[in-house]
Amino acid sequence: MLIKTRFDIRSSEITDERLYLNRRDFMRSASVVAAGAAASLVPGWTGGNAAFAQTPLADVRKSPLSTDEKQNPLDEIAGYNNFYEFGTRKEDPARNAGRLKTYPWTVKVDGHVSKPGDYQIEDLLKAFPLEERVYRLRCVEAWSMVIPWIGFPLGDLIKRVEPTSKAKFVAFTTLLRPAEMPGQRSDSLEWPYVEGLRLDEAMHPLTILAVGLYGKTLLNQNGAPIRLVVPWKYGFKSIKSIVRIQFVERQPPTSWNIATPGEYGFYSNVNPEVDHPRWTQARERRLGEFLRRETLMFNGYGDQVARLYTGMDLRKNY
Amino acid sequence: MVRVPRLPAFRSPALFKPFVFLLALTPFIALVVNGVTDNLGANPIDKITDVTGIWTLRFLVITLAVTPVRWATGWNFVVRFRRMLGLFAFFYGFLHFSTYIVLDQFFAWNLIVKDVLKRPFITAGFTAFVLLIPLAITSTAGWIRRLGGKRWQMLHRLIYVSAIAGAVHYLWLVKIVTIEPLTYLALVGALLAIRAWRTWRPKPSPVRPTEARART
Repeated sequence: MLIKTRFDIRSSEITDERLYLNRRDFMRSASVVAAGAAASLVPGWTGGNAAFAQTPLADVRKSPLSTDEKQNPLDEIAGYNNFYEFGTRKEDPARNAGRLKTYPWTVKVDGHVSKPGDYQIEDLLKAFPLEERVYRLRCVEAWSMVIPWIGFPLGDLIKRVEPTSKAKFVAFTTLLRPAEMPGQRSDSLEWPYVEGLRLDEAMHPLTILAVGLYGKTLLNQNGAPIRLVVPWKYGFKSIKSIVRIQFVERQPPTSWNIATPGEYGFYSNVNPEVDHPRWTQARERRLGEFLRRETLMFNGYGDQVARLYTGMDLRKNY
Repeated sequence: MVRVPRLPAFRSPALFKPFVFLLALTPFIALVVNGVTDNLGANPIDKITDVTGIWTLRFLVITLAVTPVRWATGWNFVVRFRRMLGLFAFFYGFLHFSTYIVLDQFFAWNLIVKDVLKRPFITAGFTAFVLLIPLAITSTAGWIRRLGGKRWQMLHRLIYVSAIAGAVHYLWLVKIVTIEPLTYLALVGALLAIRAWRTWRPKPSPVRPTEARART
């Protein structure tokens, strides 16, 4: 099949795509001699975006849940990342994520479900119809992008594994592999990265497991080979490179809450009225735009998700 | 005291000043070059803010290090560079502050005032920069004369407060505390500690001439 045979394409064979998608690299390489010495004085820059092997995904349907806002280009989406497993600077994941082997890859589904099991990534790619979901992603640092994810509703997987009545929350775990994820050798966060959702949040039609972007499977720095996207919450809740999905009874621990409990809560719904203790959440910078824009309640998805939180004090449950 | 070989007496450190000036300007030049070649990444305003901020802090540390270096090495000529280095700290601080006002907030004054009053890390940063303004203005020989050496020196001790406020600004804005903000805090702390020790250490008793000759 198309997907199975092309998993072992070496990145050296895909130079055409790289050139097509990364015209900026051309400009950079042309000026690299001039800027290189100077750029080395400015910490953390290589001036490049590594483009890794990406497999084209077939039969991707459009979705009415997508936004028609202007999408950020791939070199921004794949060049500006918070993925501390690969370093804490925005350029680090693009630079360091290449060493991560994303195939073979197993996602363990267990906990309070009737049908636990281990799913191989190639099975997950075929198991459910893939949709394109163009979502806004709002980082807690007050910047945002519009990203054309490809994935399937998490709810589809949940229905298949049949959670029991004891399952109230869904807990997610990222890969732990310090040999390929150099950031895991430092104490920036506790590893592996963990996140969680309430079961109704996980079942919501907007919540997806993403396997691709711009028509192809994910680049490593975007959370390959499979990650969560919960567009009405701050971006750190959209956990990347998932290896385990566990259905639990009690609210599970989440990594940023462990790191700084007073600043990052379990819910972390995008909320311009509840500031981060140290900075405001009222405005954000959409990458590519000059002026900041007003942050929208639930990142603009309030019509679809506000009902999940009726009666809840969202200041207390930040 | 560090035993450092004495350099030949410099007749004109003025010869070296343009060189040091250009060296200090390089981060700014690199920023401009990277800006023009579209090499500032996906969030250029953020990148400019970061780079100008870190070089403000670095030049504050470098400026504060001049006098301790002179004490340790006996190289008096380094003092001649201190004003230029201090002014570069102000230069990068001004760029950093302007980037915030113009590029990041685009003159949204009510929001800026709210930020300065409500966000501790911005309060610290604002303080650090504002304290450098009188220092930049009075950096000339004319002002040393006008104020008198002693009052000028007292005023310019504000750089200590500015450097601390700057290091704290950095520490309070990061999501997780990594080695970098801690390093600047440690450096500023150490450089101030050296001065404090120098000022308040028990002074050695006067040396008699015979003993002095025996020691050399």
